[in-house]
Amino acid sequence: MQASEATVAATATQQQSPLRGSVPLSERAIEAFLLGCGLITILTTVGILLVLAFETFAFFQEVTLGQLLLDTQWTPLFADKHFGIWPLVGGTMLTSAVAIAVALPFGLMAAIFLSEFASARWRKTLKPALEVLAGVPTIVYGYFALVVITPALQAVIPDLAGFNALSPGLVMGIMIIPLIASLSEDALYAVPNSLREGAYALGASKLPTIFRVTLPAAAGGIAASVILAISRAIGETMVVAIAAGQQPRLTADPRVPVETMTAYIVQVSMGDTPTGTIEYRTIFVVGTALFVMTFVMNVLSYRLAKRFRRDS
Amino acid sequence: MTSKPRASALLALALLAACSSNPASAPPGANQGSEPEPGAADKAPAASAMIAIDGSSTVFPISEAMAEEFQKENPAKVTIGVSGTGGGFKKFCKQETVITGASRPIKPTEVEMCKEAGVEYIELPVAYDGIAVVIHKDNDWAKELTVEDLKRMWEPGAQGKVTKWSQVRTGWPDKEIHLFGPGVDSGTYDYFTKAIVGKEHASRGDFTSSEDDNVLVQGVATDPLALGFFGYAYYSENKAKLGLAAITDGDEENGAGHIQPTPETVANGTYQPLSRPVFIYVNKGASARPEVNAFIEYYLTKGTPLVEETGYIPLPPKAYELALKRFKDGVHGSLFLGGGSKVGVTVEELLAGK
Repeated sequence: MQASEATVAATATQQQSPLRGSVPLSERAIEAFLLGCGLITILTTVGILLVLAFETFAFFQEVTLGQLLLDTQWTPLFADKHFGIWPLVGGTMLTSAVAIAVALPFGLMAAIFLSEFASARWRKTLKPALEVLAGVPTIVYGYFALVVITPALQAVIPDLAGFNALSPGLVMGIMIIPLIASLSEDALYAVPNSLREGAYALGASKLPTIFRVTLPAAAGGIAASVILAISRAIGETMVVAIAAGQQPRLTADPRVPVETMTAYIVQVSMGDTPTGTIEYRTIFVVGTALFVMTFVMNVLSYRLAKRFRRDS
Repeated sequence: MTSKPRASALLALALLAACSSNPASAPPGANQGSEPEPGAADKAPAASAMIAIDGSSTVFPISEAMAEEFQKENPAKVTIGVSGTGGGFKKFCKQETVITGASRPIKPTEVEMCKEAGVEYIELPVAYDGIAVVIHKDNDWAKELTVEDLKRMWEPGAQGKVTKWSQVRTGWPDKEIHLFGPGVDSGTYDYFTKAIVGKEHASRGDFTSSEDDNVLVQGVATDPLALGFFGYAYYSENKAKLGLAAITDGDEENGAGHIQPTPETVANGTYQPLSRPVFIYVNKGASARPEVNAFIEYYLTKGTPLVEETGYIPLPPKAYELALKRFKDGVHGSLFLGGGSKVGVTVEELLAGK
């Protein structure tokens, strides 16, 4: 019985405490917890940035910025070491360009259909269906490119190598269609109906209304979605590591093997490069370059999206 | 009041469960030992009955086959990793593994690394392997190559300069050349550069380099302009998809003309300079352990037919006898005096002439 009395006393003091502070203790605990959750992501980002900065700094103790930016060969793992990052950047640009060339027209057309033509019921079924594409694991896309798309393309394009920029680029394009379609559709859908009605009132039919009125009005949001898609393509790893090859090569020819920045990081991490060596640090330099590229893209996209929101 | 007894009852139950689960799990654990399943290796009953192997991707298929068969008759568990010859030695000298596969002899830097860690090792040749130079099936111009051709393609000076077939030999197509080779941690890469370029680890850097030999097979098989090299066993597994080049070193004494790698030409030393012995290195301290002892004995006696089955070329029986003797005597050190790759030697000569 003594024990139960003690419990009663304890609950009594607990009930008293909220009366002392203006904010209940439990509420403050929840606030602190939520703050902690937010801090975890921020601290992780800061931690990643610090590691990248630290290793990149160590890299530049041995290699100059000129060697990185003015050379056109990338062979840090071999006897004759060159640190020109452009072959990797070029590989990334090439695959991304192919991907955007596929994703932009298809994504935009899908967005126009969903926003301007589809009935509410169609829209409700089609949009989630499109987003299923985004849920397929990227390794599946990678092997799809390697064992299905590449052989199919080889039947049409002679001289197409088994590893090339074209096939993973195309597949990556399909992969990011939902991203462009979904975000562009939001932008188009947000265009006020009064604009469309104004166009109709002036005698414009449906297509001129879409291409002369609705699309320009949503341009900011569409551009933002495209830039996000580009940054997604730049950062994509699995598809290009599997299907694009592992040969750093500065070329605009999508038929030959290339190596992207992400694929290089994968290649070095899979071997046995000892920590603290210059070979090891190259992956952090490439990582930093990758980070800068996607960061610029994301800021650009954010700015555009914000302006578009203000305009509409 | 009521919560306390409930909690203690729960605790007692949990304890009971824990107690009863221990003896219950023991018999399956003991049974596991006799199961011939290599995949269950990490659940082995006792750490002492584990044999940890790593190293060369070239030696891996042999060791894997050996381990599979060995585990059918022995309760010990064998785990095998593939880090490349160089990566394997790093782990071996840190005592993370007791056996490491190597497609070239140990190098001076690795001798030093093991010495510092106090690791003594026994070097055992286990098979011959030829390095196959492969091309696309439809390639009809590069079926016969000289060592000079290969050198022009692969030497460090070719980097960024020799990019077309026509630059290697006049008369070859004026089309890009796509090169594929093993990664820089691989012993095959070390040996190839030593034999072709003349210096270990010296090659151009602008080629597709992968530690995964299957990536190389895939790359060469699907690219009409490709040329690559890897262990003969990977070629013989994928014969239907690949073209094979015949090589000449210009020396008519070790076989005249261009010679393709076959089990015969590799074993009799006429496929030069690209045939070589491959090895396993055993931690001398661990060789006293009964399961390691039994595994090595299996490797060099009963298991030798597996060498051929996995696509490699077995050593002559006499060489296996000599190797087993070397193991039993616990001879520390390398037949190559720690000098790294040596081109064109037979194992029998080496073992006999110690």
